[in-house]
Amino acid sequence: MQKTTVRALCVELEGELDHHNAETIRRQLDRAIMRCRNGLILDFSHVTLMDSSGIGLLIGRYKKLKEKGMPLYVKNVNSHVDKIFRMSGLYNIIEKLL
Amino acid sequence: MNTDNYMELIFPATSQNEAFARVCAAAFAARLDCTMEDISDIKTAVSEAVTNAVVHAYTHQKGKVILRGEISKNTVTFEIQDFGKGIEDIQQAMQPFYSTGNSEERSGMGFTVMQSFMDRVVVRSQPGHGTTVRLEKTIPVNSMEAAANVALS
Ligand SMILES: Nc1ncnc2c1ncn2[C@@H]1O[C@H](COP(=O)(O)OP(=O)(O)O)[C@@H](O)[C@H]1O
Ligand SMILES: [Mg+2]
Repeated sequence: MQKTTVRALCVELEGELDHHNAETIRRQLDRAIMRCRNGLILDFSHVTLMDSSGIGLLIGRYKKLKEKGMPLYVKNVNSHVDKIFRMSGLYNIIEKLL
Repeated sequence: MNTDNYMELIFPATSQNEAFARVCAAAFAARLDCTMEDISDIKTAVSEAVTNAVVHAYTHQKGKVILRGEISKNTVTFEIQDFGKGIEDIQQAMQPFYSTGNSEERSGMGFTVMQSFMDRVVVRSQPGHGTTVRLEKTIPVNSMEAAANVALS
């Protein structure tokens, strides 16, 4: 498979994407969305847990970016996060980069 | 082999306690032959139920949450109980993407996550009195170890 190269701002997420942390992460991502010009890549390398609050957070960021006509990507998704993505259909709106 | 075990925790319904509760649940279940994946599943499901107690149960007052754990053979069961406003229509509440919360923030996928990460999810609720979510997961016994135990006995 060919490795895709996209030009977009990459943000590394860290820790646990739960309800308690969602507010802080949302504020930081929205700041990144204001700055980015070609879309946003979320790097999940250091995300150890994600629950349905994370799903809501990502759907919200996807919508914001879509209004600006820009895509949202994710990369380095571990098997736990991958399960959440598949179950919720997030891959229908967010492309996984290899 | 596993002897039966139980525990009970009482804590206020605050968002800081979401991580506390799921870490306790994972530590409690760890005596079974859990894989890393089982532990992630348990943490996430317990986190969902506790988050719901924090977000939805208590809108006007401060309240408490009880987390109970029980191990019987190789099955672990958790109960997350609140004394908040309760759920009018449980079937509707459990539908994927159904949420009464702020839609920007809530995905409505909490019960769906619990159901796909655990073997059994039972919700009991009484409007005005509270909600109890029961989460059950059976951890397959490591067959090599079980065979060794049989050989030794
Ligand atoms: N402990 C609870 N007390 C009162 N209502 C609840 C509780 N748990 C869930 N609910 C109701 O069920 C709905 C669905 O819950 P869930 O699937 O976790 O999605 P979300 O939390 O994103 O709304 C909630 O929006 C809420 O109306
Ligand atoms: Mg929820």
